[in-house]
Amino acid sequence: TTTLAFRYQHGIVVCVDSRASAGPLIASQTVKKVIEINPYLLGTLAGGAADCQFWETVLGMECRLHQLRNKELISVSAASKILSNITYSYKGYGLSMGTMLAGTGKGGTALYYIDSDGTRLKGDLFSVGSGSTFAYGVLDSGYRWDLSKQEALYLAQRSIVAATHRDAYSGGSVNLYHIDENGWVFHGNFDVDSLIWEAKDNENSFAHIPR
Amino acid sequence: MSIMEYNGGSCVAMAGKNCVAIASDLRLGVQSISLTNNFPKVFAMGDKTYLGLTGLATDVQTLYELFRYKVNLYKFREERQIQPKTFANLVSSTLYEKRFGPYFSFPVVAGVSNDNTPFICGFDSIGCIDFAEDFIVSGTATEQLYGMCESVYEPNLEPDDLFETISQALLNAQDRDCISGWGCVVYVITADKCIKRLVKGRQD
Repeated sequence: TTTLAFRYQHGIVVCVDSRASAGPLIASQTVKKVIEINPYLLGTLAGGAADCQFWETVLGMECRLHQLRNKELISVSAASKILSNITYSYKGYGLSMGTMLAGTGKGGTALYYIDSDGTRLKGDLFSVGSGSTFAYGVLDSGYRWDLSKQEALYLAQRSIVAATHRDAYSGGSVNLYHIDENGWVFHGNFDVDSLIWEAKDNENSFAHIPR
Repeated sequence: MSIMEYNGGSCVAMAGKNCVAIASDLRLGVQSISLTNNFPKVFAMGDKTYLGLTGLATDVQTLYELFRYKVNLYKFREERQIQPKTFANLVSSTLYEKRFGPYFSFPVVAGVSNDNTPFICGFDSIGCIDFAEDFIVSGTATEQLYGMCESVYEPNLEPDDLFETISQALLNAQDRDCISGWGCVVYVITADKCIKRLVKGRQD
């Protein structure tokens, strides 16, 4: 798995791959690793698929309950703390999840990293999963706060493409999301193989792949 | 951690009408990290005898060098090329020499003998020969390859059709295996010639 998200001047970009593996076997190339919690909040999925899927659904429920009880949308910080409190309470029971929560709410856009150890970190840039190191390589070399929206979306996608190429446990397709003050917008699903050949043709990267 | 799955890689051989084909992927990695897309696992042991080696990459290289050495000595002594069946027995006895500390590789032999009969066979790591009339598979995508071969293979194919069949079998099998892929190489061997083709595959 490779997932990434970063904050910049126009909001947040979230981008993920779509491969699910069971040992060396590719179980699926069409997994949805972004969970749409509500129109303002996205969660990403890495680690145990069932753990992430289940607990982020529970989180979605808790966020809705918060909305009904308090007549206002939950903040990203509060939502992330619900999730980290859950993972911390199950510490030692074998949960496996590395997740990012990205969204917009009372305090503007916000990005959090939460994992099954109970870690909860606020930040501007995260990548999670077996391919995260490869994604960071591309991401760090191109990331700036004042990226344009188009540049930001491409950087995110290009980082995932790089990771799916080198990491055996990442691949399939990329899913792209953008978040601003009005909530998230889905920016498409693209086959990673086509993107690699496109990058090779357009920017002369991936020079080690014979044509 | 399984030693047979440390580097990844797959190989398949098929017999057709007076021809054989052998193919492998091109990936070499260290567990999850893919290192190179230029690591073919099929080697020429004569004009019409080919050897496929999957498993631990260090043993793939060692065995290739060892068999190249042995086949060259055979050529000098006998003043003729080694026949596929003879080479298969050479592979078997070489592997059994290491019965209690085997090479971590499952070889495949494919070739056309002097009387134009196709020959393919596979081995376990200590030299047991698996003679087959139809196909032989080996490597980390073994299960996927069996699935593909059992469903797309048919006997007595002409060389061009055999190429399509073995390419599709390998390509689709390795697309269901994390640690095989990154393109493949396909050899089609007939009585009078051998054609090598590099086939594009998914790069993820």
